[in-house]
Amino acid sequence: MIDKKLIEYVASLSRLELTRDEEEMFMNQLTDILSYIEKLRKLNTEDVKPMAYPLNKSNVFREDKLCPSTSKEEILANAPAKIDAFFKVPKVIE
Amino acid sequence: MKHLELTSLQIKEKILSKEIQAVDVIKHLFEWIKETEPNVQAYITTTEEESLRKAEEIDKKVKNNERVGLLAGIPIAIKDNICTKNLLTTCASQILKNFIPPYDAFVINRLKEEDAIIIGKTNLDEFAMGSSTENSSYKETRNPWDLERVPGGSSGGSAAAVASNLAFMALGSETGGSIRQPAAMCGVVGVKPTYGRVSRYGLIAFGSSLDQIGTLTKDIKDAAVLLQVISGHDACDSTSAPVPVPDYLHGIDSGINGLKIGIPKEYFADGLNTDIQKAIKDALGIYEKLGAEIIDISLPHTEYAVATYYLVATAEASSNLARYDGVRYGLRAGSEGGIVSMYCRTRSEGFGNEVKRRVMLGNYALSAGYYDAYYLKASKVRTLIKNDFDAAFEKVDCIICPTSPVPAFKIGERTNNPLEMYLTDVYTIPANLAGIPGISIPCGFSREGLPIGMQILGRYFEEKRLLQIAHTFEAETNFHLKTPPLKDPRWCRG
Repeated sequence: MIDKKLIEYVASLSRLELTRDEEEMFMNQLTDILSYIEKLRKLNTEDVKPMAYPLNKSNVFREDKLCPSTSKEEILANAPAKIDAFFKVPKVIE
Repeated sequence: MKHLELTSLQIKEKILSKEIQAVDVIKHLFEWIKETEPNVQAYITTTEEESLRKAEEIDKKVKNNERVGLLAGIPIAIKDNICTKNLLTTCASQILKNFIPPYDAFVINRLKEEDAIIIGKTNLDEFAMGSSTENSSYKETRNPWDLERVPGGSSGGSAAAVASNLAFMALGSETGGSIRQPAAMCGVVGVKPTYGRVSRYGLIAFGSSLDQIGTLTKDIKDAAVLLQVISGHDACDSTSAPVPVPDYLHGIDSGINGLKIGIPKEYFADGLNTDIQKAIKDALGIYEKLGAEIIDISLPHTEYAVATYYLVATAEASSNLARYDGVRYGLRAGSEGGIVSMYCRTRSEGFGNEVKRRVMLGNYALSAGYYDAYYLKASKVRTLIKNDFDAAFEKVDCIICPTSPVPAFKIGERTNNPLEMYLTDVYTIPANLAGIPGISIPCGFSREGLPIGMQILGRYFEEKRLLQIAHTFEAETNFHLKTPPLKDPRWCRG
């Protein structure tokens, strides 16, 4: 069900590079898992509302006021690369 | 006196009455950790110096008769997917091998306010994705009852630590059973609270509509006090519920007379280990004798829960884990090529196979052309599973069933077949999909001497009732008092 083309596509969506062996392994495993998941098709869910999460809350707002937040220095301390107050990344535009 | 085998509330009592100093408890505990940890391998990080410093502070407060917190001096272990300020938090992943959080999770703040002592961060399946803790990229945690077996997972390090007295209590997290299942396999008490009961602020996200922090403890009273401390509304988590938190310890021994217990036939189907089946049946006999009424019920959509879960949880995971891109924190695998090559290299080197598998499955389920067939379909079946519970709780007060279909299995036994591993969670996943609370408590041992867990499920926000029901059983039995056959610590003798 999952062929080589599809696994390459899904890997690229996931920003993953797979070796030949990994492609083969994941292809087989994902095919197994998806064929198990096929059982959901047996159920008629035409009139059932989808459930996004368990509670009945929506649009949880807070007051729009300033409050303390983590400092720039603390945030940047974990950055693999930085310049001044910025995260540094490799070339974005080719 | 075997202090390390005491419960959290018992050791706190001794510290408060000045019978023992918090500093000595920490010293003894770390001696035991040095001796036993090489076998059990529950921890990724331990914090001996900081723990001693904190213990000294508490001893000083006690000496000066100052007010102390609800968890004063209690050594607690934290699953390593919960952020601790200035303390390495890895999620058992190489992609976070150097991540030092600049903030504390809500629950960590609460523990510190109540004077608990954080003694270390425990092992887990990478990003909490797994049922055996074998997906950790750091170490292989063993089941203290049989070192050749898994502790369950994903909170396997926390469960193993509590079971082998390497911590007095621990925090874990659940997305599909990751507290209850290892609690069952290690013979400890595990509580998965209602979704929204405990703030997820600072819990590293996996499946955001399912994730919930919970407790692993030696007995029910310890669970009640720890749950008390970590529960409550938090403005930093928009899914945290503004529901008042009752006093969980008060009236915990008020009994179960007239209680209606539902037994779902779907949870006793093929594939259930016969020792587990018998242990649950015996437990129900005890409840009946104590005045409960046993009622057969049906949760007809149970067989669809695992399939539903592996679409919902992986879809959410694929989005949540998109943040690991080598830019703001964690691993960056070289900067050659453009930014997209850097993303791909970083994620390919940083994630293990189970994480890759789930991210790919989730992206597939959400991708153009497949969304309706997979993610939307699963979200609808999720409603049916929730409706099953709603209907059942109109007839019964709680549901009792096994926590896991099998006792702890051998290390390596299921790692080659992901689907078989997923099916280990068949009895725990439905509660996560519905968002209801559940407890696993020790209820017996298999023929090989492995712990068996019984699961009690309840209505939304009825943790207090569940704790009462569990406590009633615990008071009648001694399964929770048995400890694994690890060597006693030197200082305990005599």
